[in-house]
Amino acid sequence: MASVTLEKVNKRFGSTRVIEDVSLDISDGEFVVFVGPSGCGKSTLLRLIAGLESITHGDLMIDDTRVNNMTPPERGIGMVFQSYALYPHMSVYDNIAFGLKLAKSDRQTVDERVRQTAKILQLDGLLDRLPKALSGGQRQRVAIGRAMAREPRILLFDEPLSNLDAALRVQTRNEIAHLHERLGATMIYVTHDQVEAMTLADRIVVLNEGHVEQTGSPRELYERPGSRFVAGFIGSPKMNFLTVKARREGGAGCRISVPGMGEHVLSRQLNSDSEGGAVTLGVRPEHLKPVAATGAVGFNILNVEYLGSEAYLYLETPDGEPLVCRTEAPSAFARGERVTLDFAPHQAHLFDHEGRALPPVDASEARVSATMS
Amino acid sequence: MSLRMLKSILLKIGFWALVAVLVLYAVFPFYYAVVTSLKPSSELFEVSYWVDSIDFFNYAAVLSQPTFLAAIRNSVLVAVSVVIIALLLGLTAAWALGRVRFRGRTMVMMIVLGVSMFPQVAVLSGLFEVIRTLDLYNSPGGLILSYTIFTLPFTVWILTTFMRQLPDELEEAAIVDGASPWITLTKVFMPLLWPAMVTTGLLAFIAAWNEFLFALTFTLTDTQRTVPVAIALISGGSQYELPWGPIMAASVIVTVPLVVLVVIFQRRIVSGLTAGAVKG
Repeated sequence: MASVTLEKVNKRFGSTRVIEDVSLDISDGEFVVFVGPSGCGKSTLLRLIAGLESITHGDLMIDDTRVNNMTPPERGIGMVFQSYALYPHMSVYDNIAFGLKLAKSDRQTVDERVRQTAKILQLDGLLDRLPKALSGGQRQRVAIGRAMAREPRILLFDEPLSNLDAALRVQTRNEIAHLHERLGATMIYVTHDQVEAMTLADRIVVLNEGHVEQTGSPRELYERPGSRFVAGFIGSPKMNFLTVKARREGGAGCRISVPGMGEHVLSRQLNSDSEGGAVTLGVRPEHLKPVAATGAVGFNILNVEYLGSEAYLYLETPDGEPLVCRTEAPSAFARGERVTLDFAPHQAHLFDHEGRALPPVDASEARVSATMS
Repeated sequence: MSLRMLKSILLKIGFWALVAVLVLYAVFPFYYAVVTSLKPSSELFEVSYWVDSIDFFNYAAVLSQPTFLAAIRNSVLVAVSVVIIALLLGLTAAWALGRVRFRGRTMVMMIVLGVSMFPQVAVLSGLFEVIRTLDLYNSPGGLILSYTIFTLPFTVWILTTFMRQLPDELEEAAIVDGASPWITLTKVFMPLLWPAMVTTGLLAFIAAWNEFLFALTFTLTDTQRTVPVAIALISGGSQYELPWGPIMAASVIVTVPLVVLVVIFQRRIVSGLTAGAVKG
């Protein structure tokens, strides 16, 4: 059990900056997920914490001790790799015992720990098998077992589910969540899949091009994304974005008008840049309510996706990118029909031209949403 | 229909005919050596491709010579030492060249390859001076040194190629488990490199076992000679007689260990040993 603190951590490969000034506090027992598109530096950040890459600038502290120059075992970390990286010539037992033996534990302790680990991960019957005789899910569990057998203070996961098929992914995801509850260890998990991030994390760290875009609980990130990037990354299908013109509306925020969506007053503060200029309106598919169009305005339905529990409407827009709108299934609409859209103003987001979220008008609304999360 | 059948039959016949030619080409010299060695010297110059009566006289004659037995001992000592040294240095060099990123790595690989391009004769006199200076003349040490020079380049190259194919995450997993580079090399990589090590070890052994020029140049006395030189220097009763029988018997005797080694180790030369390490 340990806390992890990153202070202005930087990493360069040659002249390319891969990680820029990342500062982060991870408290003891927390489950933190690093999420971001590929190439955003999330795996590199994890490897910096693991000690597999050296930190160019900045400090990494584990339990208030600076660990920049310590080896992975000295840091007390265990790691699960994307490709499992099991030792192919060793049995499951030896794979799990390898680290324990290197730590010079006596034979009885090794045996006890291995069997205990195997029991937790339901590997009891497989201890004599070689990795090649295991299924993908079993290999993954062995990899987790190898990482946790030494009882590390921090467990690191590098996209551990990306090699599994969809059904197994959901199951293993649940097992990892259960494991976190049971071990109470600090866990850091890297993924590009926002569903994994949302379901597993106590706190999500969204990374973009080497810097931290936003951190927060899954609900905070979903309800109050700090930037257009985060808004687009969290949530599936992704948030709809429309370029609109906004006008200041007395003390009550701003007024926007969208063809086919009507006029709305949003309680968002326009800054000097966006006053009168173009801003981006963001509304999630689940917050758009389609209504059959009566007049000339409205959107053409390009496609209806039926998913059983819900349906998605794809709507034609002038600027190309279709709008997505979630409805109950079966949908009341069919391809080729025209709809107008309605949404509740408090569920809409506004972003300035640099992609930053515009803040709510008054502190009282901020407080309301803070208590919500 | 019948034309297609005829074609497939002809293709089959052609295939096996080619195989037969290849086998005959490869095996005949050795077969003739075996046949000759089993003939009494009186029948030596009668050309026959079959042994009518087996006579082990030539073998007894060769094995009763103490110099020949000493030569076998020397050959075993030299070849085994060369294999051990080459594999040890080759493996550690392959780890550095295949796994550690450093400036001039390609340069080192090219130099290593360059060394092996010199013909033996070109380095003979220089090497002779080196061996004299190191006081290794007329001793197995001199041969071990010179053979290792020619064996190491291909050992390093083959092992480096194999080492690069092993997944990076395997090494990282070992690092996280607390393994030092030496432990990683011996406990994780070496078992996976067995096929490559057996192959290169076997090649190194054969090269050292069969080498003639250095063995002739760097040894002086009968007691220090290796087998190829000893066989070449087997002489008959007079300068006009070449004792073909004993020479063939000696050749067969020294070929057998190679055949046995290949048969033993071919089972270890199995691919797919890394299956199960990573997905795929």
